[in-house]
Amino acid sequence: MSAAISRGLRAFGRFWWEFVVGDTPELFVATLVVVAVSFALASLHVVPVVVVPAVAVASLLWSAARGRVRERPGA
Amino acid sequence: MLAVFGASAVEMVEALTIVLAAGTSRGWRSALEGAAAALGVLAAIVLVVGVPLIRYVPIDALRVVVGALLLTLGLNWLRKAWLRASGHKAMHDEDLIYAKTVEELSHDGPVRAQRDAVGFAVAFKGVFLEGTEVVLIVISLGASQGRLGLAAAAAAAAAVVVIVVGAIVARQLSKVPENAIKLTVGVMLSSFGIFWVGEGAGVHWPGSDAFLFVLVALFAGSSALAIPWLRRSAPAPIGAVG
Repeated sequence: MSAAISRGLRAFGRFWWEFVVGDTPELFVATLVVVAVSFALASLHVVPVVVVPAVAVASLLWSAARGRVRERPGA
Repeated sequence: MLAVFGASAVEMVEALTIVLAAGTSRGWRSALEGAAAALGVLAAIVLVVGVPLIRYVPIDALRVVVGALLLTLGLNWLRKAWLRASGHKAMHDEDLIYAKTVEELSHDGPVRAQRDAVGFAVAFKGVFLEGTEVVLIVISLGASQGRLGLAAAAAAAAAVVVIVVGAIVARQLSKVPENAIKLTVGVMLSSFGIFWVGEGAGVHWPGSDAFLFVLVALFAGSSALAIPWLRRSAPAPIGAVG
């Protein structure tokens, strides 16, 4: 019984790991950075309005550039 | 709700391809029962998870968690759409997926006249896995706006539209501009994600909700610049994959 529960929990954890992190851990980390930066800079008014979206777009560009190399056939 | 509709439409096209393949090769009854069972389970998840979220979780905490989840999904969708549009990743080809699924199912033993377990399982798995992402988006967008019912209705409407169109065009689902829809939904999910993470964290967006348009413009503009930039280093055309 406990083995079945443990197996189920592992499968559940694996599913969510694949779903949220998958093969782009850098985008998951970028999201965590966006959350942290938002909390850290929230009181600074204009600064987070510029920095938070910029962090997201820069991470996306970096991830796509990495994917460009990684997903090229033979690369 | 446009984001929910678009996301649901994209995922339903993929699910419908699998159901069509299962129905054609293993019998329609089992395939349709499998698809209906999966839709029932997904609807139950929306009710069981979504309603308590709205009632019992503080709105700011909900916005941060939901926003982070939407941002992760949105950035992944955008990355995939950029790489596909620029030729670094093969386009999603529904015709090829259909042919592959039919081929695989033809090796799974004789088809049973009444209920076929293989057809049921393949249709259930296809609809459930593709639908999970839609459920997350429905719960996220619905819960943080307090409009779970409307979000679920938008997803259901997209499912109906795709099923009706799928029934009419049968196996021509590859004609659906899936990457363009994925790009649009990615822009919207990423924009909503950043907006809600900021709201939950206490960031004051200039113009309040109107700042969403700025974020949408930012991601759309980034896409317009990034795709040609990525295309410049694209390899020779890649064959379509499933």
